[in-house]
Amino acid sequence: MELDLKKLNLRNVNDKLQNLDRKKNERDFTIINPEGNHAICAGLNNEMNVTIKGHVGYYCAGMNQKANITIEGNVGTGVAENMMSGKVHVKGNASQSAGATAHGGLLIIDGDASSRCGISMKGVDIVVKGSVGHMSGFMSQSGNLIVCGDAGEALGDSLYETNIYIRGKVKSLGADCIEKKMDKKHLNKLKKFLKDAEIKNFKAESFKRYGSARKLYNFKIDNSY
Amino acid sequence: MCGIVGIYLKNEKLNNSLGSLLAEMLINMGSRGPDSAGFAIYNDEKGEKLKYSICINNLDYENFKKELSEYLDDADIRKNSDHVILRTKKKANDVLKILKDHFKNTSLVGYGKSIEIFKQVGSPNDVVKKFNLNNYSGTHAIGHTRMATESAITTDGSHPYSTGEDECLVHNGSLSNHNNLRRKLKKKGINFDSENDTEVAAGYISNHLANKKNLKETLNDGLRDLDGFYTFITGTRNGFAVLRDEIACKPAVIAETNDYVAIASEFQAMAHLPGVNDAKIFEPEPGVVYSWGS
Repeated sequence: MELDLKKLNLRNVNDKLQNLDRKKNERDFTIINPEGNHAICAGLNNEMNVTIKGHVGYYCAGMNQKANITIEGNVGTGVAENMMSGKVHVKGNASQSAGATAHGGLLIIDGDASSRCGISMKGVDIVVKGSVGHMSGFMSQSGNLIVCGDAGEALGDSLYETNIYIRGKVKSLGADCIEKKMDKKHLNKLKKFLKDAEIKNFKAESFKRYGSARKLYNFKIDNSY
Repeated sequence: MCGIVGIYLKNEKLNNSLGSLLAEMLINMGSRGPDSAGFAIYNDEKGEKLKYSICINNLDYENFKKELSEYLDDADIRKNSDHVILRTKKKANDVLKILKDHFKNTSLVGYGKSIEIFKQVGSPNDVVKKFNLNNYSGTHAIGHTRMATESAITTDGSHPYSTGEDECLVHNGSLSNHNNLRRKLKKKGINFDSENDTEVAAGYISNHLANKKNLKETLNDGLRDLDGFYTFITGTRNGFAVLRDEIACKPAVIAETNDYVAIASEFQAMAHLPGVNDAKIFEPEPGVVYSWGS
């Protein structure tokens, strides 16, 4: 079913997708003319496929559960923020805070993501085929952040846990983020993510792994002035 | 919050639709700034006359026109709502002095060979209609929708701020060292009309440019001297520049085609532009000066 945001009210479109008529077996939707609107496909909670043709604004696919959402364009701030499950695939670039605080699911970004990608992520897996901006993975707690390009300043600053895999250059590491050994189990996991994101031209072995030094876990009296 | 927009045309064929393109951008940014709106349009004119954009507030236009003509014999004065555009060959310093000494209830919002500035309190939709922005043509334009934070909702508190001949600035964000910087700039002889933080940044820029620095050098120095959150768009007679602070909390997105470069706080402000879906769309990087034209 095609939903035209030039003709339909955004709230009605979201309402329809959030409250699918279970008696009808309609699970495939295409949204046209998104025109940079905010919160498109926020709060979906059922299995369905949605394709958005064009660029969207803030918080697209926020709080997603189960739905498979593809954006054929760029996304604004906070795509898939607080996602619980499902899959969000951005074919263009993403603005800041992509996948912020997300608990689960898979977020794939074909282009670049700007600053604070995966900020405070709590279990989501994020694959960025381009590069990420500064403070990506800031205070991240769980999940995997895979970046095929470069990372900006202060990568993984103050992170608790989370595996960060970067293929390109890292401008600088944030507080308590260190490079870690890539074990076989990490390689196998990474291979699976690359396969899921249909990345064939990069080998898992060409990535480096980063994670928490766990030195900020406890208060250290030596740190006082 | 605030919304900022700008468009620089590369294809002359679009010059006549500049006003309508910018109007839609401003209206779309109403959600980010409902308190006041303003815009600067650049349209070079032949001849030696300079244009002065003056907000006359509640003054009687006919009286104002008559009085001003007594001081300036070649004055060509045209009204647009509560603003007037004065054209005269007289020296800029003399005109500025006349306006300051004898027309205290008016505000000079900008002047130059090319620039015209209109700004007023009210929703962007109303402001755009009030000044008939749709009918304007030109080469490039900058606009602002304001959600007031640092100072009162007045015409003087509205953007753009003119920073000297054919220069202007719009700002999304807030500066934290503006009081200190204002004191320093006042000592150097720069005047301020409001308590607004952006006006200080505008004064900083005009002071730098007056000291023979170019726009790129000026903005690079600004990264060091201006403390706070900002995305700036600053306009000059032949182009404009964009700068985000290094933390980059304040948004900006640029769309570039063969016909134009557009910048806005959010993509939705540009969704109506011709061919935008095939444009090169990117976010300006933190702490990097981007400029078009000269």
